[in-house]
Amino acid sequence: MAQTLSRPQNLREWFAVALVWGAAALVTAVFCWLLGDIVWHGLSHISWTFLTAPPENAGRRGGIGPILVSTCLILGVCLTVSLPIGIGTAVLLAEFTSDHSLFGRITRRSLDVLAGVPSIVFGLFGNAFFCKTLGLGFSILSGGLTLACMVLPILIRSTEEGFRAVPTSYRLSTAALGLSRTTTIVHILLPAAVPGLLVGLVLGVGRAIAETAALIFTSGYVDRMPESLLDSGRALSIHIFDLSMNVSGGDANAYASALVLVILLLAINGTASWLATYGLQRKAVTV
Amino acid sequence: MTPVEPITGPRARHPLEERSVCQGPQSLIEIDRLSLYYVDKPAFQDVTLSINKGCITALVGPSGCGKTSFLTCLNRLTDLIAGCRVSGRIMIDDLDVMAPDTDVIQLRRRIGMIFQKPNPFPLTIRRNLVFPLREHGLRDRGQIAQTIETTLRDVGLWDEVKDRLDSPALALSGGQQQRLCIARALALLPEVLLMDEPCSALDPLSSGVVEDLIVSLRSRYTILIVTHNLTQARRIADHAALFWVQNGAGRLIEVGTAKQIFEEPRDPLTAAYVSGMRG
Amino acid sequence: MLIVVFLISEALPVLRHVGLLRFFTDPSWHPAEGLYNLTPMLWGTLFATTGSVLIATPLGILSAVFCHYYAPPVLARPYRHLIELLAGIPSVVYGLWGLVVLVPLIAEVQPPGPSLLAGILILTIMILPTIALMADASFTNVPQQYLRGAAALGLTRWAIIRGVVFPASKSGLFTGVILETGRAIGETMAILMVCGNVVQTPSSVFDPIRTLTANIALEMAYALGDHRAALFASGVVLMAMIVALVVSAEWISRERLYGSDSEQTTESP
Ligand SMILES: Nc1ncnc2c1ncn2[C@@H]1O[C@H](COP(=O)(O)OP(=O)(O)OP(=O)(O)O)[C@@H](O)[C@H]1O
Ligand SMILES: [Mg+2]
Repeated sequence: MAQTLSRPQNLREWFAVALVWGAAALVTAVFCWLLGDIVWHGLSHISWTFLTAPPENAGRRGGIGPILVSTCLILGVCLTVSLPIGIGTAVLLAEFTSDHSLFGRITRRSLDVLAGVPSIVFGLFGNAFFCKTLGLGFSILSGGLTLACMVLPILIRSTEEGFRAVPTSYRLSTAALGLSRTTTIVHILLPAAVPGLLVGLVLGVGRAIAETAALIFTSGYVDRMPESLLDSGRALSIHIFDLSMNVSGGDANAYASALVLVILLLAINGTASWLATYGLQRKAVTV
Repeated sequence: MTPVEPITGPRARHPLEERSVCQGPQSLIEIDRLSLYYVDKPAFQDVTLSINKGCITALVGPSGCGKTSFLTCLNRLTDLIAGCRVSGRIMIDDLDVMAPDTDVIQLRRRIGMIFQKPNPFPLTIRRNLVFPLREHGLRDRGQIAQTIETTLRDVGLWDEVKDRLDSPALALSGGQQQRLCIARALALLPEVLLMDEPCSALDPLSSGVVEDLIVSLRSRYTILIVTHNLTQARRIADHAALFWVQNGAGRLIEVGTAKQIFEEPRDPLTAAYVSGMRG
Repeated sequence: MLIVVFLISEALPVLRHVGLLRFFTDPSWHPAEGLYNLTPMLWGTLFATTGSVLIATPLGILSAVFCHYYAPPVLARPYRHLIELLAGIPSVVYGLWGLVVLVPLIAEVQPPGPSLLAGILILTIMILPTIALMADASFTNVPQQYLRGAAALGLTRWAIIRGVVFPASKSGLFTGVILETGRAIGETMAILMVCGNVVQTPSSVFDPIRTLTANIALEMAYALGDHRAALFASGVVLMAMIVALVVSAEWISRERLYGSDSEQTTESP
């Protein structure tokens, strides 16, 4: 309801109008400042060579080629692991546990908690479990696995929502046809739940790309081109962090990398909201 | 801004004069060639009608003929609906309702509205009554308490809720909620009450209670009531107006005293409609 | 679940060697010398979180009010998109901006610049979209009939918002606050970049601070033995805070569920 409820009547109403518009103006101003600043400083440095060249002089000059590669690899690992597990758990939760069973409740509750856990804590866990216990060291593999743990809650919850959105009548009619439960899931439910899955996937990828804290001590710092999954690789967000904190004179490239990251994320979020509004007729999952 | 009598506590109760006020031809609201369009679709057209002071006027007619839309014009609730266009003139006393510089806040205070579905706010019973009063400038605690008690007594709710004024209003029964909404409107000392099917969401018992309440308000307030219950309209109304859909838009077909409309209708449509009541 | 087990098992050695109390009673945080006082960092987290939640909540709610009730439709849509966009910007980018723009500005007013204030401001900007979007969603769920009923009583727009819309969307707003608090507590990078990371209990907003999360990020790389375990212990503390938040949120939404249940059963006569 963007309609005017009524015209401003008295002092208090005027005050409220001023307050609300003021707040909105302030928020807009700060955000335009922030975005403008990044675009302004970043745009002049972005070029094809910047995207492909390796960083030189600790990143002060040169590009972000290897870093993009590492980022993609980390994401790749994260998705290969989290997708099957995520879908599996979601199917289990939505189809094989009732809303009120103890197992379902506990799992759901812990997923909600996990979704809220600070990423640095995931980082700690990843460091202890993947790097140390499993002996993977600082590597793209441990980074990707850690991120997988992080995005799983989101993925599971939104896929589960997708499954629940499938009308019960589908289930009943397939059961009436005498099809087995597995067939039902594979042929009827999975396709129907794809939209929910996609939204969850895109949101998860967004969260993973933006992540820094969990990666610092799992995937490591090294800015070379990674040679294998067991190599340490530097993600884009860590690159920005490192350039701005530890490398004096790295601001220009930091800005450019930040712009790249923001554009990537915008594309991802755009896809998510597009999927949520047009690809399907269900409510968007907001994180 | 039109000078409106300030709210200073409960208005002295008129002795119930029973229809006496209504018998005089004293018109309070004059509606002149009023039409309303939702975007380009007309809801009703060319309604000319005068409403007498202190009377109960029933608006009847089939679903979708624009009765609700008509009521919302009178307190300019139409302002809230995007794409809603109104033409024509409404005069209440000497206040031009549709004029752009009319103070809608004061206008709506003078004209209370009761909706089909009871809509108490999700607050306590007391807050439901106190909050509008305070917003309209009544600060004195004693007077507020006094007003709450009188209006709740007026709607016959006082004995039922006096011990739980601070419990949520939504925990009341449907009939009680509707009476609370009426009390909420009465507390602001309106002159006119618009009631949009106030009994249709209620069971027969609560409906009867609300109906008695409406009758008891006659002559203190000028009441416009929309109802699909023709026997009810007949029981309580002094005047009746029949709306009908013609050429895709609502029209006022016939207006007269309740007795005349229900017993000797002039228009064949009216005759058919009210005989549905008998049949 | 596995995560909790791991955190605790990693934290155990230090709890056994050092004991819980010493996290609060040790004179300072010098892990190399076996001194493990977490309190300054706890205060840091607490101050930064409270400060930013206090600023972001009213601003975020007002933003949503703006979108819903005050802005002309031409402005409301882009404004909502702007907020959504901000919700998606990664924290390092906020941190970068804070470091390059905000910190020097604060340094002009009162050196050194990297400070609690910078942290609060950056956190505010970061969590504002959360509360704004939540508030926006709960305003959408306020039934139209309340608004029409209130307007019919001749209430002003602000009166309707304050008296009807806010109470009706109370639980949604509360969940929003919980969510943003969780985000503020867990935020690491932006805070790490603008807060100065000096281990001390701040005495003014211009003092640099170090939060629990920043502490972990800073020292994890070289921590060994008990020191490392102490960091895991602070991870456990963080985790406990979040669990407490989620549980309280759950509790509130349960309350709301029962509330609306009774509404529904009594609404139909
Ligand atoms: N907000 C709106 N936007 C567009 N069209 C509307 C709107 N409200 C009502 N209409 C249309 O205007 C016409 C009159 O509606 P109105 O609600 O006034 O009828 P009514 O006489 O009150 O019907 P009922 O007896 O069922 O309540 C209907 O055709 C309806 O579809
Ligand atoms: Mg109607």
